[in-house]
Amino acid sequence: MRAVLAFAALALVAAAPPTKRLSVNLPDAEGLLPERYGVSSEAVNNNCLACHSAAMITAQPRLSRVQWGETIAKMRTVYAAPIDPADDKAILDWLVAD
Amino acid sequence: MAPDGGGRYTFPMLTRRALIASSLAAPAAAQVDLGFADNGLRPTTRAFPQKGEMILQRSTPPLLETPLSVFDEADFTPNDRFFVRWHYPFPTSVDPAKHRLRIGGHVGKALSLSLADLARLPRVAIAAVNQCAGNGRGLFNPRIPGAQWGNGAMGNALWEGVRLKDVLALAGVKGGAVAVRFGGLDTPLVEAAPDFEKSLPIDHALTDDVLIAWGMNGQPLPLLNGFPLRLVVPGWYSTYWVKMLDSITVLDKADEGFWMAKAYLQPANPLADAVPGAPAGPRVPVTNMRPRAVITNIADNTKLPQRGFTPVRGVAFGGDYGVATVELSADGGANWVPAQLGRDLGRYSFRRFLGALVLPPGRHVIMARATSAAGVMQPLNQNWNPSGYNRAGVDPVRVEIA
Repeated sequence: MRAVLAFAALALVAAAPPTKRLSVNLPDAEGLLPERYGVSSEAVNNNCLACHSAAMITAQPRLSRVQWGETIAKMRTVYAAPIDPADDKAILDWLVAD
Repeated sequence: MAPDGGGRYTFPMLTRRALIASSLAAPAAAQVDLGFADNGLRPTTRAFPQKGEMILQRSTPPLLETPLSVFDEADFTPNDRFFVRWHYPFPTSVDPAKHRLRIGGHVGKALSLSLADLARLPRVAIAAVNQCAGNGRGLFNPRIPGAQWGNGAMGNALWEGVRLKDVLALAGVKGGAVAVRFGGLDTPLVEAAPDFEKSLPIDHALTDDVLIAWGMNGQPLPLLNGFPLRLVVPGWYSTYWVKMLDSITVLDKADEGFWMAKAYLQPANPLADAVPGAPAGPRVPVTNMRPRAVITNIADNTKLPQRGFTPVRGVAFGGDYGVATVELSADGGANWVPAQLGRDLGRYSFRRFLGALVLPPGRHVIMARATSAAGVMQPLNQNWNPSGYNRAGVDPVRVEIA
């Protein structure tokens, strides 16, 4: 315990703020969503992957059409996602086709 | 807060071309099972900068989870294994020499401070758990939409920097201040989306333990954890620990912004508990964390050989107080025995625990529960709320002894 605190104190003395530029590269996203059971993924790919990558969708538990509809509404009203209302049916058809 | 155009910061773009190219990328090397009722398999990845092997929840904006086995190894979570959570795009190149922290609003004198300016203030360090309000969301039943975390959206680090209250004193908080709002360099892709900003009540902002940190475990913050500055609010959920901090605004009225008034709200009771399907009652912002103990050496649904004593290890934290006790049960919570506590690194830190259970051949449900120094005991029954915040109950671990 005492050793840990001593180490912490030393680290504190040494830890001046950073001065060098930090640049990183982020990996590519997960890619496009595939067709499922013959249901086209075109609408979900066109409308849903601009702000978040595909894993946000594929990681979800099994949700009802109503729950997915609420999610689309939230994306539209809260996050101002430009989802074409004409695409809602095609998006929902794909989301529940599992 | 949106960055200026002075070349200090560079944002990446999520383009259709990048999406198509990545669909051809090699599949992930390994998978983990987070133990959800369904859809709990996740790939692991080493593709993220300054990060080792992480559980990939989402690439863009990144959601990276820490495997529980990492917590089994040390009191402090290594920077390259520390969880990552972003709502919006953020710059991938930051020059700390040009970074400025702006302080304004209800103050005597608006300021724009460099890191060198901050470094002239008294420096402090504090060990504290940083935990997502939605940690463990994927384990709830019924399931809840949102980031599907296991219990690895948390970590413990030694945070180094200066006190928020000392920085606020430079600007001079005027009488009548009620809250302090914080913003970072992350910016929504869609302009009309609400900027990510969080507020602390003025009384909490002026406590000794709230820091503006540039150091994490003796190193600069990794970019994905908020380089070059982040707010540190020990005992409170990480939604308040604003990353890439560049603006502080003292408010003379409550923050009515989306991220305080509409998001990160929980039922207005200490356990954030609600009945699934029941009409939503009063809600309040998530704030302080609850005591938790998480077993780190035995995964759920594990087969183990029979031994005289089966060692059980893990990490506990008391929320906004220290850990008083951790107890273990081998019979689903009917009987409890005390575990031995590891080093005490302060009231906000992980406290590791070690115990042993006698487990004869067969199936068992083992449990660990924490009680904080404030006397708050982790409940046996799991709480639930419609956003999946503030998971507070005991997490049972099923083992089969061969």
